[in-house]
Amino acid sequence: MSEARRLIEVDNLRVRFGADGPPVVKGISFAIRRGECLALVGESGSGKSVTARTLVGLAGDNARIEANRLRFDDRDLTGLGERDWRQIRGGRIGFVMQDALGSLDPLRTAGREIGETLRLHTPLTADQRDARVVALLDKVGVPEPAVRARQYPHQLSGGLRQRALIASAIAGDPELLLADEPTTALDATVQAHVLRLLESLRGPDRAMLVVSHDLAVVARLADRVAVMHAGVIVEQGPMRAVLHHPQHPYTRALLAAHVAVHAHNARLPAVRVRGFRENGDGRPADTAVAPFPRPDGDNGRGRPLLAARGLVKNYVGPDAVTRAAVSDVSFVLRPGQTLGIVGESGSGKTTTARLMLGLEKPDGGAVEWGDRDFHALPGKRQRDARRRIQVVFQDPLASFDPRYTVDKILFEALAVAGFKRGEKRLARARELLALVRLDPALLSRRPLELSGGQRQRVAIARALATGPEVLVCDEPVSALDVSVQAQILDLLADLKKRLDLACLFISHDLGVIYRVCDRILVMKDGRVVETGAVREVFDRPQHPYTRTLLNAIPRLETPERNLLSA
Amino acid sequence: MSVGEETTLANGHPLPMTWADSPQRPNRPWRRAVSRLGKSRPGLVLAALFFTFLAVAALQPAWLASGDPLAANARMAFRAPGEAHWLGTDENGRDIFTRLVHGVRPSLLVGLAATAIGVGAGVAVGLLAGLGHRVVDGLIMRGVDVLLAFPDLLFALVIITFWGQGTFNTIVAVGIASVPRYARMVRAQAHVVRRAGYVEAARTLGLSNPALVFRHILPNAVKPILVLSIIGIGGKIAAGASLSFLGFGAPPPSPEWGSMLSVGRNFLGNAWWLTAAPAAAITLTVLSLTALGREIVRRTEGRAP
Repeated sequence: MSEARRLIEVDNLRVRFGADGPPVVKGISFAIRRGECLALVGESGSGKSVTARTLVGLAGDNARIEANRLRFDDRDLTGLGERDWRQIRGGRIGFVMQDALGSLDPLRTAGREIGETLRLHTPLTADQRDARVVALLDKVGVPEPAVRARQYPHQLSGGLRQRALIASAIAGDPELLLADEPTTALDATVQAHVLRLLESLRGPDRAMLVVSHDLAVVARLADRVAVMHAGVIVEQGPMRAVLHHPQHPYTRALLAAHVAVHAHNARLPAVRVRGFRENGDGRPADTAVAPFPRPDGDNGRGRPLLAARGLVKNYVGPDAVTRAAVSDVSFVLRPGQTLGIVGESGSGKTTTARLMLGLEKPDGGAVEWGDRDFHALPGKRQRDARRRIQVVFQDPLASFDPRYTVDKILFEALAVAGFKRGEKRLARARELLALVRLDPALLSRRPLELSGGQRQRVAIARALATGPEVLVCDEPVSALDVSVQAQILDLLADLKKRLDLACLFISHDLGVIYRVCDRILVMKDGRVVETGAVREVFDRPQHPYTRTLLNAIPRLETPERNLLSA
Repeated sequence: MSVGEETTLANGHPLPMTWADSPQRPNRPWRRAVSRLGKSRPGLVLAALFFTFLAVAALQPAWLASGDPLAANARMAFRAPGEAHWLGTDENGRDIFTRLVHGVRPSLLVGLAATAIGVGAGVAVGLLAGLGHRVVDGLIMRGVDVLLAFPDLLFALVIITFWGQGTFNTIVAVGIASVPRYARMVRAQAHVVRRAGYVEAARTLGLSNPALVFRHILPNAVKPILVLSIIGIGGKIAAGASLSFLGFGAPPPSPEWGSMLSVGRNFLGNAWWLTAAPAAAITLTVLSLTALGREIVRRTEGRAP
């Protein structure tokens, strides 16, 4: 690496918050040359975002930053004042944040947001700036740029907002482009477009730093990869070398988890759970959990358990126009089966789940529970039916009463199942925690004091407490780190088998769907566009939208497994 | 701790902490906060001290002022503040400090009881509107809107005119006058909470509607209102004092801040302390209660309860 080409150089960077706070970044070193793209990979809390923000002077007022060397081109970035930062930020370093809605001013049009950068960093006149804004929007692939420039952030879709944000980041023609989780909040097809855009922005004189938790995104963009964990770079090197021949155990575990999340019927291979005896197939030995009592026994495998018949749900928008969130959706869920619903945001998959759970009333069609119309059941019988259809939401924290501790959460559900009070209820609660592999000592904790994975386990335990036959999982792992995702998916797969649960699994992540489902349903704009066995649909998609969706998945090719095309 | 924390990699390396989902314990730096408070926010410390004084005066007024608040002595009338009488004496020669101290209890009683009535009735009305049918909601809230259009004090005066004067009626009037405000807040909260994830989760468990309301919606909707109502106590005390100033409170000889102020007004020219002392007492009480209430709000805000 020739000295002159190094655009940014970081040596032994340490960041802590507050004078006596624990260090968040514990001495990391890296350099980026012009024309190169470095990716910082890691899970939440690894310090990757703090590192990126430090490079643009946005780490925060109480951040204490120390470094042996922190240089951008020929400028020393340590101890730079806010005034100096302003010259560099936007002009020489562009910053693309994750949350496009949050980082665009809601009171300013997209055009003014981008024009602001131009006003600060170029000598252009107002008219020239307007023309340049339109040209920039055109460059980042925004259709009808002249119209979009006059629109406010809330009038733009997620993908367009992210593009507008990128446009404002490159408006000053920066030498370094920093992108912090640039595609995390986006749907798969939109993500593919934005990745292509970022790729096209690379040039011989421009360096790029991409921060992401998503290995597939990294594989797509980066020349070199630095894997961060707990404030330290554990491994750094060329992209192919790191992803194909990882040296550090953490990198290996991260890759294994990524593959495990996305491979059909795969399990987390490299991770062994201590404290549970395991059978040959990797499932934990049967702990002392009695099978759940079922009122009507096993009535044959082929009997439809829960079915949707021509479901319709309409919403009246703020403009008084009626839109169909779900139209004519039909499917059948049989005992022990896992049905996946895939679709991008706004496709109606969550509304479908809410209809099946009886949280919304359909405007047409019916939800059939056995041979009865669920929504027509009288109050008491409907409440009994609800016990049999349980749910795991995307955000477990929101699904717990904030005043409740874990034991209260479980007791409430157990009371519904007939465990009113006393020793038996407590014993059952402990069994449930063991079932989801949590320490019974957590019973007295509040959900706020638990990690994301632990919270989701508690949510699963609660769902199982009433002895359900159907488990509806609405994006159950979307908010979790990839390693935790793999653990939760493993757990769900185990529980499904052991308790003979049917499962309605909703996700925008095709990889996750591929891994856990038997059959899938592809939804677009409230309609089912394709349905079939999961392998069938993934290998031979019929509908053009399914094909687009499948092509949009960023793939991570590892020597062991070629994702999704084994 | 999850079992996941004990996880190891196949090759025996211990898994890093964030890998197995590790718990986050909240830290409660109480002690540091208290010591810092005295330095950075002396106003709050003064408010707390004054409140302690009020609490003692309300519970054991004799500890602070051993005299009889009603003992008249014509020879001692209109003594200026001095060593014998810290805050002077009134037109009947009664010690003003003693009367003020003995006036704390009825004042605080008005503040607390009126707030309790206002919050209690406000919660009932607000929940009915927030969870009831659209028609019920519309009717109740239009009624509330009409009542909100009256100034609180005017509304309280109307109630007293109907029911007659007295401490008890003052409390009821001030309390009822504040119901519309609390009803509004509770209704808004109920609207938020009824859509919360945990209410939906409880519904999918098969809980009945009354169980949902009393176990989840009511406590969570009311919690922020309870905190806010602390700020309102000061206002209620001022409203109660205003009513007794206008002559609708407890009858004359009893030591009431509002009526003391009202009597003192007649002697403003030659004995300013008759007015200044109760005025200061009311002001300081309202200020300290509001300051403490705001601090409680500040500490509970933006934090999941």
